[in-house]
Amino acid sequence: MSWTGKVLRVNLTEGTCKAEPLNMEWAQQYLGQRGLATKYLVEETDPKVDPLSPENKMIMTTGPLTGTMASTGGRYSVVTKSPLTNCIACSNSGGFIGAEIKTAGWDMIIYEGKSPKPVYLYLEDDTAELRPADHLWGKSVWDTHEILHKENQDPELKIACVGRAAEKGNLYAAIVNDMHRAAGRSGVGTVMASKNLKALACRGTRGVGNFKDPMRFMQATEEAKKVLADHAVTGQGLPTYGTQVLMNVINEMGAMPTRNMREVQFEGAHKISGEAMHEPRASDHQPNLSTNGACFGCTIACGRISTIDPQHFTVKDRPEYQKASGGLEYEAAWALGSNTGVDDMDALTYANFLCNEDGMDPISFGATVSAAMELYEMGVITTEHTGGLEIPFGSAEALVKLAELTAKGEGFGQEIGLGSRRLAEKYGHPDISMTVKSQEFPAYDPRGIQGMGLAYATSNRGACHLRGYTVSSEVLGIPEKTDPLSTDGKAELVKAFQDATAAVDSAGLCVFTTFAWGMDDIAPQIDAACEGDWTTEKLLEVGERIWNMERDYNLKAGMTAADDTLPKRLRKDAAKVGPAEGRVNDLDVMLPKYYEVRGWTPTGELTPETRARLGL
Amino acid sequence: MLKALKLEPEKCTGCLQCEMACSFENTGAFNPAKSRIKVFTFHDEGRFAPYTCTQCDEAWCMHACPVEAIVLNMATGSKDVLSDVCVGCKVCTIACPFGTVNYEADSGKVVKCDLCGGDPWCAKACPTGAITYVAADDTGMERMRAWAQQAPREAGAHANPPKAKEVQVFNVPQQGGL
Repeated sequence: MSWTGKVLRVNLTEGTCKAEPLNMEWAQQYLGQRGLATKYLVEETDPKVDPLSPENKMIMTTGPLTGTMASTGGRYSVVTKSPLTNCIACSNSGGFIGAEIKTAGWDMIIYEGKSPKPVYLYLEDDTAELRPADHLWGKSVWDTHEILHKENQDPELKIACVGRAAEKGNLYAAIVNDMHRAAGRSGVGTVMASKNLKALACRGTRGVGNFKDPMRFMQATEEAKKVLADHAVTGQGLPTYGTQVLMNVINEMGAMPTRNMREVQFEGAHKISGEAMHEPRASDHQPNLSTNGACFGCTIACGRISTIDPQHFTVKDRPEYQKASGGLEYEAAWALGSNTGVDDMDALTYANFLCNEDGMDPISFGATVSAAMELYEMGVITTEHTGGLEIPFGSAEALVKLAELTAKGEGFGQEIGLGSRRLAEKYGHPDISMTVKSQEFPAYDPRGIQGMGLAYATSNRGACHLRGYTVSSEVLGIPEKTDPLSTDGKAELVKAFQDATAAVDSAGLCVFTTFAWGMDDIAPQIDAACEGDWTTEKLLEVGERIWNMERDYNLKAGMTAADDTLPKRLRKDAAKVGPAEGRVNDLDVMLPKYYEVRGWTPTGELTPETRARLGL
Repeated sequence: MLKALKLEPEKCTGCLQCEMACSFENTGAFNPAKSRIKVFTFHDEGRFAPYTCTQCDEAWCMHACPVEAIVLNMATGSKDVLSDVCVGCKVCTIACPFGTVNYEADSGKVVKCDLCGGDPWCAKACPTGAITYVAADDTGMERMRAWAQQAPREAGAHANPPKAKEVQVFNVPQQGGL
């Protein structure tokens, strides 16, 4: 078995930490990480629970391949109910904390209740202690890392924590680990802070072993690594340009959401692209990109490590921001850049640093700033609301000032911290919010990539590219090319991607491997490691079971089929330029077919047959 | 032919595949805490560096050991710890100028790199070629070649920096692969 078989249950109200055995029957049905932790949440909490109440639980969870030599085997997820969407939240992160939890001997940590005072969890192998964190409350993510390393005299201690944004109630606050990796979406950090839990500090020395067939596992992982190395995307594109390899590609095909998704191409895309990050700048002749960096066990290494131009207005005479740190990924570059109309790469890198420093989802932050900029342009939001700050589209100064305010939860930053749906409603223009289920869109305009419209509308955590990334097929031709402007076959395509992704997210692996890996590459790795018979068919069934379980939770939480929709702008306002000119997203054509393919009723509910088939 | 581990930090991405391979070979589990090769991350500088024993010819650890528990492996040139002879006195950890011999509390012995008997797992696992196992006499060859390539063919040739790559936008839609 590659599960440790142990769950750590932390009751923050009582101040207790207890070990209990993992439910191995559930492990066979839900694999691990996303699936298994969601099963625990579903069984242990009321779907109608207030996400920020002590009754909500938060689970940090690893997969069976987390902490192993399988490429990208370092992932962990945070599963809880989201305060942003009121739906299931499941945010996945790389870095090193996931492998450390596993190496310390734990499959998952379940946090329940609420601590009367700020605390952090210190976890070293079998030792689990809740320690006072009064001195950490009010500190940034970066300061918290430094203080915990120093006071524990252990620079190898791995840390996941919240920053000031979460403490101030920002609804899309992230849990940041290893300085710049994050369980970023849906406000999982907000839930953590609501429990008065500042950080997890973890050190593991027990190792991950006890495989079903160790030698077969080594062979299977080695073969799979070769597949990654030999593929153009995972072997060359991602290491060289990171996810930013997509900036020019998506812009050219007219699917680059621009200025709060009013437009589909950004004239400044080339200035903020992966290619631009390689260009030496005038001041110190260094490129924005220092190097690429890997998460634990990852042989792709798409991570960007960047510096800001030391002469740039954001960091001049501020040496603390002139060091290297986590640079722009495609989603951050789009949300902070194209969607706000800002083409100043150093300003975007600085705003991204602040998102890491204080734990904010850069997608939701950038998209909310975009909504505010549109409301400002309409004259609905004025300098009276913003504290004198002018916030037109394209203003780098406005972007960085709003990042500073929102990161600390100050002034108008409090309103940006509400997310775009609540902000737009507050100012009486809900149509301006570019969200599904109150979560902001990622960087693919569904007018130019039709399948993504369906994937967004039906995503269990609100608008998201990582629940069913049909971009692979519609843009990159993986595993086979489909026409991005056609709705034909997209219901089946979206379902297939959603189910496969749920399985990958439950294994401890990164979904980026699936540019090169099919399930036939993944199944042998899991099967060699884990008890049970893990075939491609079983993994896809597990994925479908997980998807339906999440859907069922959301329906019980109060969501209905009416929430499976897109903003009017994407359904009514046609793209004005590019290959998708004249197109809207034809969600209405795809959605009924999708319900049918899923085995759901015409109102999007699980039929008794579907429940029986999946054992729900 | 004697071979040696060649470490090229500039190629390292910090993925820790080497640490997992090392610990698996030596302990049967993936456990970076027990790895004999370590990757150090210098976060603020954006640098990663793998580091392990260089197998000194006149090995301080070997000479310092009072019970002769560290011996020369004639086949590979590595200095190996005989764990049934080692008494855990840690003198070798003091003697080593590079810190690559370390005490292991669980076993009460010291551990260090033994080149896996001539087939080092770290080098096999490294996905970027930052760790390779090459002829000991030639570890500098690639670096020499790189410097040699920079030598000017004619006066002033090196004064022209490479031109910034042109980046095209709004050209033909690029669909279906990268």
